[in-house]
Amino acid sequence: MRYVDEFRDAEKARALAARIAQLCEPGREYKFMEVCGGHTHTIYKHGLEDYLPENITLVHGPGCPVCVIPMGRVDDAIHIARQPGVLMTSFGDMMRVPGGNGSFFDANARDTNIRMVYSPLDALAIARQRPEQRIVFMAIGFETTAPSTAMTLLRARAEGLRNFFVFANHVTIIPAIKAILDSPDLRLDGFLGPGHVSTVIGCRPYEFIARDYGKPVVVAGFEPLDILQSVYLLMRQLAEGRCAVENQYGRVVPWDGNPIALQAINQTMRLRPFFEWRGLGFINHSALRLREEFAEYDAELVFDVPGVRIADPKACQCGEVLKGVLKPWECKVFGTACTPETPIGTCMVSPEGACAAYYNFGRFSRQRVREASRV
Amino acid sequence: MCLGIPGELVDTVAEQPDLGVVMVSGVRRKINVALLADQDLRLGDWVLVHVGFALSKISEDEARAVLAFLESIGTPYADELTALRESNIDGWPGEH
Amino acid sequence: MIERIERVRRARPRLREERITMAHGAGGKATQTLIDAVFLPRLGNPVLDRMEDAAELVAGGTRLAFTTDSFVVSPLFFPGGDIGDLAINGTVNDLAVRGATPMFLSAGFILEEGFAVEDLERVVASMARAAAAAGVQVVTGDTKVVQRGGADGCYINTAGIGTMIPGVRLAAASARPGDAVLVSGPIGEHGITVMLARGELDIDADVTSDTAPLSGMVSALLHAVPGVRALRDATRGGVATVLNEIARAADVSVVVDEAAVPVSPQVRGTAELLGIDPLYVACEGRMVAVVEPDGVQPALEVLRAHPGGEQAAIIGRVAADPPGLVLLNTVFGGTRIVDLLVGDPLPRIC
Repeated sequence: MRYVDEFRDAEKARALAARIAQLCEPGREYKFMEVCGGHTHTIYKHGLEDYLPENITLVHGPGCPVCVIPMGRVDDAIHIARQPGVLMTSFGDMMRVPGGNGSFFDANARDTNIRMVYSPLDALAIARQRPEQRIVFMAIGFETTAPSTAMTLLRARAEGLRNFFVFANHVTIIPAIKAILDSPDLRLDGFLGPGHVSTVIGCRPYEFIARDYGKPVVVAGFEPLDILQSVYLLMRQLAEGRCAVENQYGRVVPWDGNPIALQAINQTMRLRPFFEWRGLGFINHSALRLREEFAEYDAELVFDVPGVRIADPKACQCGEVLKGVLKPWECKVFGTACTPETPIGTCMVSPEGACAAYYNFGRFSRQRVREASRV
Repeated sequence: MCLGIPGELVDTVAEQPDLGVVMVSGVRRKINVALLADQDLRLGDWVLVHVGFALSKISEDEARAVLAFLESIGTPYADELTALRESNIDGWPGEH
Repeated sequence: MIERIERVRRARPRLREERITMAHGAGGKATQTLIDAVFLPRLGNPVLDRMEDAAELVAGGTRLAFTTDSFVVSPLFFPGGDIGDLAINGTVNDLAVRGATPMFLSAGFILEEGFAVEDLERVVASMARAAAAAGVQVVTGDTKVVQRGGADGCYINTAGIGTMIPGVRLAAASARPGDAVLVSGPIGEHGITVMLARGELDIDADVTSDTAPLSGMVSALLHAVPGVRALRDATRGGVATVLNEIARAADVSVVVDEAAVPVSPQVRGTAELLGIDPLYVACEGRMVAVVEPDGVQPALEVLRAHPGGEQAAIIGRVAADPPGLVLLNTVFGGTRIVDLLVGDPLPRIC
């Protein structure tokens, strides 16, 4: 078993599609949010919407860590990167995200040296090799990625490294889901829960969604059959009048998450009182910063960080897209002023941003693509 | 939101219990396995890799359960499909 | 909405950046924008405007192909090759896929102060071997040295001239609906090899660069199969970029069957780990061929019989609609658009 190809079988997908269609009540519209951008990417990359009946709509949620980084944080990172002796590192995903004055690539074309790393441990390795430089790691990501930053910090302290710093931008998923549930302009019938976040936090944190908001949640894997099966499980709950948290992705997600990972996060980071999410505004207790014990590693304390707040461009409707109120193509600037070459909003930058995924993979109607591909 | 790749644990790293070597399609990479210190990892186990860390040990039983479920709904469906094809209804995706 | 987007896509792109970024050299949309905004308006002429891999010229009644390419690969040495054979093969291949027999090359070296002579000797010896293998001669050259830090060891520019094979007229613009699209071997091996050879990713895979001259294969193909319409070598930007160039030049759509694209397990595994798509990863010894329906089977046989072409495959076909776009029928049975990338494929975590 490779745990990949087995979950990409078109024949089984058609069987699932037939079952999903059977569960649809005639005349009823179903709206499910896939919280996680990884799901959005899978849905478009594999053309999954082709398998769903017209009355099921998948709404793309806020679970794209790059998409929710506000412009001001990008500018702050570039400001840090400009300071003497600094080598800034981050994931490849961040390189093209526009700040108020361009992206990391644009900054590199002027006067910075911002490098991509595959893992925070790679940034730590650079710090070890170059004691004369100050290596800053711009940490982004949800609870999936936070443990790797935490473990890297613990490692840095154990080794006594003094030239490694973290610019923490980790966000937490539950407050964002709650903000969406409380948003008056959105009606959802259920959620596809973020599979990889759940490897860390487990399935219990979603229980309030079923209990307090009466919406079913199915924690879903990332292969195409995982997503279709999860939609099927949501439909089955609705058909049976149930409302619970189910775990489709049991092969990877333990019900209680990863206690060591949670402990590592807790040991190194604490919740910020509030954090700005691009498009969604300020959300209470929705992000992490380093604990006081790690102050000497905290780029926000060690370096001069302007912390300027930059309003999202007026034309950009990323917020509505991230909340699932607008479909990407309903945004005023989608595909015209805002394209992957010249993104205005972050949803167009990350390959898992709803707009980029839609623009790159799915901007033609299902019917037209289907006809074209059969010529 | 986070790219996680299943890989098979194929090697350990001498004197570095936090590290292991995973193989993905014949490609090897050293990863950190400290987040699974309580899992009694053995060579041949599969783990989910994210940014150089193993986040979770993959359960073959759970994977087989999902596949068995998918098989089970596929079987009666195969008969329906034949019936559908005979009644000449088109529009199924993926049949190019 | 689609019409609106297509109008914008086809409009002349505006260069927004005030400075050159790495994306401008990646062969994708940013490179195209740079060419369209800076080079063509000032240097454009009927020959250049065709934007083929090599220019076709007539001199003294002879049809010639002329091209140039620069090589800045890092590291200079990698499994399967080095900057030397790359510099020869790259120019040889640009001539070959134009339908020319490569003959004479120039070589310009930009060396960094402090670069080891021993390494230079290795690179040049490798160039000599590659030139002999491709049947070309380096007939003129130039050397410049820049101060330490002004270059990364060694950069090479080569230019090449060849004579067009009589009767052959290849052009991306001549692809027609119904044509088949072939690729001459497994894709992405050069790009993945170089990415791993930099050592920053700490990934260990048994991959070697596919760098090789295509002139022998092209000559065999063109002599055996009259129905070849276009050839392109899939370098920067990979097969996906080449297919997009064909779709745009001929105003047709290219429909690719994902399952038919040959990709080695190691390339697939590395691409999976890094979250990149092998379709966008560079090759240095693979070409894409557009062939009339009648010529498909003979073409496939010729390619497969040629060393390096054993895994040649039909990966898709040309269709009329939607014009200018590349579509991919996924293994999973869905369909999606394969667009040009803005810059290099970036490793991603999400």
